[in-house]
Amino acid sequence: MSTPFYVSPQQAMADRAEYARKGIARGRSLVVMQYADGIVFVGENPSRALHKFSEIYDRIGFAAAGKYNEYENLRIGGVRYADLRGYTYDRDDVTARGLANVYAQTLGNIFSSNAEKPYEVELVVAEVGATPDGDQIYRLPHDGSIVDEHGSVAVGGNAEQISTYLDQRHEDGMTLAEALKLAVQSLSRDTNGSEREIPAERLEVAILDRARPQQRKFKRIVGRQLSRLLEEGGATDAVGDTETDAEADGETGSARDSGGDVE
Amino acid sequence: MEANPRSTGRLPAAFLTPGSSSFMDFLSEHQPEILPGNRQLPPTQGVLEAPHGTTIVAVTFPGGVVLAGDRRATMGNVIAQRDIEKVFPADEYSAVGIAGTAGLAVEMVKLFQLELEHFEKVEGATLSLEGKANRLSTMIRSNLGMAMQGLAVVPLFAGYDVDREKGRIFSYDVTGGRSEEHGFAATGSGSVFARGAMKKLYHDALTEEQATTLVIQALYDAADDDSATGGPDMARRIFPIVTVISDEGFRRLTEEESSVIARSVLEKRLEQPDGPRAALL
Repeated sequence: MSTPFYVSPQQAMADRAEYARKGIARGRSLVVMQYADGIVFVGENPSRALHKFSEIYDRIGFAAAGKYNEYENLRIGGVRYADLRGYTYDRDDVTARGLANVYAQTLGNIFSSNAEKPYEVELVVAEVGATPDGDQIYRLPHDGSIVDEHGSVAVGGNAEQISTYLDQRHEDGMTLAEALKLAVQSLSRDTNGSEREIPAERLEVAILDRARPQQRKFKRIVGRQLSRLLEEGGATDAVGDTETDAEADGETGSARDSGGDVE
Repeated sequence: MEANPRSTGRLPAAFLTPGSSSFMDFLSEHQPEILPGNRQLPPTQGVLEAPHGTTIVAVTFPGGVVLAGDRRATMGNVIAQRDIEKVFPADEYSAVGIAGTAGLAVEMVKLFQLELEHFEKVEGATLSLEGKANRLSTMIRSNLGMAMQGLAVVPLFAGYDVDREKGRIFSYDVTGGRSEEHGFAATGSGSVFARGAMKKLYHDALTEEQATTLVIQALYDAADDDSATGGPDMARRIFPIVTVISDEGFRRLTEEESSVIARSVLEKRLEQPDGPRAALL
């Protein structure tokens, strides 16, 4: 009989982390960013039907990079958690913080249990508040840790590079078109620094719009509205040029003049 | 398995098990005891007194449907509540009005709204109007035990069918039997009187404005002859709830809008107590 090899706990965890990270890196990155009237989710996704972003509850959205079947499972678990909680208590008692905690526990449990392979996913749970100060964005890496993010966050293979790019350029109170433009720019930069074009059909865009009159704030941006916003963002190069945006975007109400918020 | 959803620990295994897109199916597997139909009923003697909601009316017009309800809840011969709400949005393109035991009905509506929303979030697509109507049927059927003890819930379901591009109305009986109504429908204790009024006033080319006036006329007639139905309460400024569902989605008339219609109906009734006359032939 052979004796099993001794593997130190540090080594075992490092191996599992590397396995998960490699899996996540195979997928494309995505960006979640605050803008004046809410939170925008932007990612490259050739599929029209298999979404990376979705609604969890009234003010809570979900974004995921990595293995589809694994994050889809977590997404549905989250919808069930939120709906059950809202049904037993009240709709206001469903919060992103609560959901992020449950996800962190779940991912952490899976990561440190030897019976299961670690999930190759990285999640973002975002909740839009009544004001930009009330917005919450949580990033949940594969190991069950939880990071409270502000302004912008990127997850996926190329996340670190994109985050650095975004941190330098993201400002409070950007209009939706500006935020969208910045997100697309950050996503279209390759690891070696060269830029490529991402056509509108390959973009998946969704928003949590605090100005939406409905109770449910999540909305997908597709088709004409998406191309109009992309054009608009491209036409106004200078950030802070809110006048033209406010005019063109009056219909969705998502580009109100952010006033004193712009530094 | 941690069956307690209130704990903040890891998601219970049932949450991560692939299954149906129905919230009710999920509940019946994971926490069956909180489903309304699964409650243990104690043996009762006589009829349990609980507030009842009364009259709900619906009218279709080219382009949509109007659903409206009075505001009175009664318990025996006592007025239990003067400003109860009995008409609720079910989702973006449908609404449900409830007559019967108020407590159970409001809970049923809450679960129904959640059922539609849950399906939409999980599947990424909405149910067909027919599918929604069938789902409501199932829920009423699960309440049959209580209905037989006198705690019946009889809703009226109305919605805009996006595929057929028209408003549709579904009525139910206590056993969950479902039937589609054409033109107009009513449920609750005042429904016979409301239906009589609508029968005389309805035609198939109503405008949205005429349809909203028609439902208030019908509710007035119901309140006129049925003691459990409340008419417009001028002193307290409590007016019927009127909702319109069209291709633009669900909209509830503001208090201002419904009070204007209610006032004009009331004013005409001061001259002509029995309301508008239909031609004899």
